[in-house]
Amino acid sequence: MAEMWINMGPQHPMTHGLWNMRVKVDGETITDAEPVIGYLHRGWEKMVENRRYPQIIPMADRLCYGSSFTWSHVYCMAAEDLMGVEVPERAKYIRAMSDELQRIGNHLMWLAAIGPDLGNLTIFLYAIREREMFLDLFQSLCGARMTYNYCRIGGVRNAAPPNWERDLVRTLDYFEKRMDEYEDLVDRNKVFRMRMEGLAPMSGKDAINLGFTGPVLRASGVKYDIRHNDPYEIYDELDWHMCTAEEGDTYARYRVRMDEMRMSMQIVRDILKKMPKDGPIRVKPPRNAPVGTGFARMEDPRGESLIYIIGDGTDQPFRVKVRSPLYVILSGSKYLLQGYKVADVPSILGMIDVCMGETDR
Amino acid sequence: MAEDVSYTVEQVKSKISEAFPTAVKFESKTKPRRLFMTADKGSLLNLAKMMKEQLGFDQCSLVTGVDRCDRMQAVYHLTSYTSNITAEIVVDLPRDNPEVDSIAPLWGGANWHEREAYDMFGIIFKGHPKLERLLLPADYTFFPMRKDCDKGRD
Repeated sequence: MAEMWINMGPQHPMTHGLWNMRVKVDGETITDAEPVIGYLHRGWEKMVENRRYPQIIPMADRLCYGSSFTWSHVYCMAAEDLMGVEVPERAKYIRAMSDELQRIGNHLMWLAAIGPDLGNLTIFLYAIREREMFLDLFQSLCGARMTYNYCRIGGVRNAAPPNWERDLVRTLDYFEKRMDEYEDLVDRNKVFRMRMEGLAPMSGKDAINLGFTGPVLRASGVKYDIRHNDPYEIYDELDWHMCTAEEGDTYARYRVRMDEMRMSMQIVRDILKKMPKDGPIRVKPPRNAPVGTGFARMEDPRGESLIYIIGDGTDQPFRVKVRSPLYVILSGSKYLLQGYKVADVPSILGMIDVCMGETDR
Repeated sequence: MAEDVSYTVEQVKSKISEAFPTAVKFESKTKPRRLFMTADKGSLLNLAKMMKEQLGFDQCSLVTGVDRCDRMQAVYHLTSYTSNITAEIVVDLPRDNPEVDSIAPLWGGANWHEREAYDMFGIIFKGHPKLERLLLPADYTFFPMRKDCDKGRD
């Protein structure tokens, strides 16, 4: 049969946002694939060159509404690196805790998105319902549900309201039970497993070379987590371990993310135990950054995110560059898709957690 | 992974300055698990090769293009998974002819970063497997992230 190029999207519901995955097929088998990004390109990096340092925090939130806290967090860490600001101890704990809650929220959105892709609407309804609890926690913490604008250069905006800790513990207790239900629903579902197991395996060596990070890398058996190997904030003082899997296939990527949700809950509980009860949560940063550069990297829900800032002595950055994990993973999606069927595309791409906001920027 | 040997920042520094006594200069800025240096554009590819094959820098985290107005810069962030070091390499390029060797043949992860730097700044990466526009339409004639680019403004 003749080979031809077909467009998966922009209309395909799996690709949240406007993008286009061109796949070359021979019959039903994919022989080549080419992601076409740039439908959403907002010129983020150009826009922030005309804004003052604090004004970029709400912009960093918009990089991905699913994990907006981690994006504003990595931006603040990069700006602190540039300005030489030291964050108070308590703010570090609050940031790490919010990171982990954000990780659970983001993974729940991913779980909800892959459900309908693989033909199971129940998991979508369950995951969206539970994500609501974590959005509620964030709402009472900082007043917003998705784009939080909560992190500040030099700390966080405010401390938690009274009774917040009680609500948090209740939510975690409840969610832990729900996690068992998810695993019953997905891991014991033959259709789900048939559509995931053995699909698009990738060796650890290839994954590293292609620049894959985060759960996709750890599912290939590579023990690398920035929280562990290049710790920021207070992660080196906490009691937790890395979640990895050996198979490197789509099912392993699913398993790593599910394990990470449980691990995040353990981290949050540990933070609640160790967090200082009072103390400053914010220091005042200088208005003008010095001439120089600063960068920070952290473990985003999707992998390594890095922000590199060049300061020129004014109150506006000279250049801000974002490294988003998904941008790099999509550049290697050709190697994931080759040799599989058109019907496998939603499953393979779903497991790398597509978010167009942080890809196009 | 070339070697599973872990190095300290000082060891990496001395090995690089042994191999590249004049082309690579280290910055005085020090941070734990970080390495800052500037390199000549001619020796960048050899430096990258050495870092990948001998020093175990397995991953290219980021390639940034910068327009410094009097010159262009390509900034590389390389990460070692065994030694847990992130190195920052700054390469100065002339503004009228910004050309540098591509490191995409070494690290597949650098591919789209270099394409984006070309797309936004017009930096030419020699030896890149597919140096085309990535985010912008193919028929654009300007490079929007350059500081003197005013197209589309009122």
